[in-house]
Amino acid sequence: MPKRKTEKKKLNIPQKNPEKLIAKDDVRIDGRKLDELRPVKIEVGVLGNADGSAYIEQGKNKILAAVYGPKEVHPRHLALPDRALLRCRYHMAPFSVEERKSPAPSRREVELSKVIREALEPSVFVEYYPRTSIDIFIEVLQADGGTRCAAITVASLALADAGIPMRDLVVACAAGKVDGRLVVDLTDFEDKEGEADVPLALMPNLNAITLLQMDGGLTVDEFEKAVNLAIDGCRELYKFQKEALKSKYVAVKEAVEE
Amino acid sequence: MSSSPMVVRVKQKRIAELISSGKRLDGRGLTDYREVKLEVGVIERAEGSARVRLGKTEVMVGTKIEVGQPFPDVPNQGVLTVNAELVPLASPTFEPGPPDENSIELARIVDRGIRESKAIELEKLCIEPGKKVFVVFIDIYVLNHDGNLIDASSIAALAALLNTKMFNYEVEGGEIKVKPGYTPLPIKNHPIAVTFAKINDKLIVDPWLEEEQVMETRLTITMDKDGKICAMQKGGHGYFTLQQILEAVKIAREKAEELRKLVVRG
Repeated sequence: MPKRKTEKKKLNIPQKNPEKLIAKDDVRIDGRKLDELRPVKIEVGVLGNADGSAYIEQGKNKILAAVYGPKEVHPRHLALPDRALLRCRYHMAPFSVEERKSPAPSRREVELSKVIREALEPSVFVEYYPRTSIDIFIEVLQADGGTRCAAITVASLALADAGIPMRDLVVACAAGKVDGRLVVDLTDFEDKEGEADVPLALMPNLNAITLLQMDGGLTVDEFEKAVNLAIDGCRELYKFQKEALKSKYVAVKEAVEE
Repeated sequence: MSSSPMVVRVKQKRIAELISSGKRLDGRGLTDYREVKLEVGVIERAEGSARVRLGKTEVMVGTKIEVGQPFPDVPNQGVLTVNAELVPLASPTFEPGPPDENSIELARIVDRGIRESKAIELEKLCIEPGKKVFVVFIDIYVLNHDGNLIDASSIAALAALLNTKMFNYEVEGGEIKVKPGYTPLPIKNHPIAVTFAKINDKLIVDPWLEEEQVMETRLTITMDKDGKICAMQKGGHGYFTLQQILEAVKIAREKAEELRKLVVRG
């Protein structure tokens, strides 16, 4: 028999099921408007040992990212002659969800590690560091929907914090369909009860989409609207992202001047 | 899965030059699929099976049905499990061992298409709510890798599902009794994946191995039978613009329609 665990079970589901996910006056269950993001708090440079690190809170999501590198590759045979090897591990803490998640990497985590790496790679000048590795570690401490997007947003900051040359920051946000309406930045509950989810990552200054996934059901027309909604969400989040990166250096500057 | 960077660069130049002039190394147009050959019912022991040849890419899918427990959050639905094996005999780059990220991604893309389009009527696979349901195993077996495993697997999986027969049964005092005869697995949607590669800012469908080795990025769009998008996945280390994605959706719609005719007959 296969394992009996579903992604659904691994994530928070509120105990009481409201009849409608969106009230008459376009208010979502957590009080947001359709195109409103969850409250975001981002900090850069939060871990002592890492070459770069960052922390994000987006709604109830709490995610840490650390970057080590460029450094020698272990095991050596993985080294690439013409560019750095970018590696990424997306991992959820056992206590990050309602029901304890086994710490062993699930199939979902393996897939997400891959798509997150591929979302970040276009932004990094990997060709500057041949024969090295750049390792990104992402730990989801608490999950409430949209963790892959928040993970990309925070990991991109950790890369910048590590001083790795980049073409642009990468920022990610999901849009989806809930109760027949298109909304942005879905919570876990909205994702599970809703009709569709479209996570998207963007390099905002290059208009380059580096992650795109979708599940559920959308007409071509709805899809186009959802993508645009997600892009708008990314642009909004990008402001917070940029601010967080700047404020680290403002803090350093102030400390030096004192 | 890429060959040496020098080979890739030389190849990339050639392939990209051709693609810029609307041609491909193997003579196809940019939105042409390779020839699809489909056989079903190739494995008698399996409840359903299909073997798909997409050019030289070859994928076999077998389905098995067993009795198992439902997920607690959907007690009255059968269970769908998709697994993919990149069998070492299929390519010099495949190695034995537990599934790597490529095979997990492949299985999950195919899984998402079938699950999100609600292709299988899982409610009809419930034997006893909360206790016993049928579990449908879809095992993707890659036999020869010549690029675009995703589309080949998605076609093979759908064909195998349509070929799947369930044994007749009745429940007597909580026990399942097998009765003679078979009924087809209840299938109500037909998801088809269409995969694009981006090479030098041009979109091509159904990349073969050499094109995959030089592509910057990849996009899979799964369309259901009503022309709705039910799953999507970007892969590879590059990016897309919004215009490219919308163009891909348009092409995917037509291509999925064409491919579906090959799989779903009558």
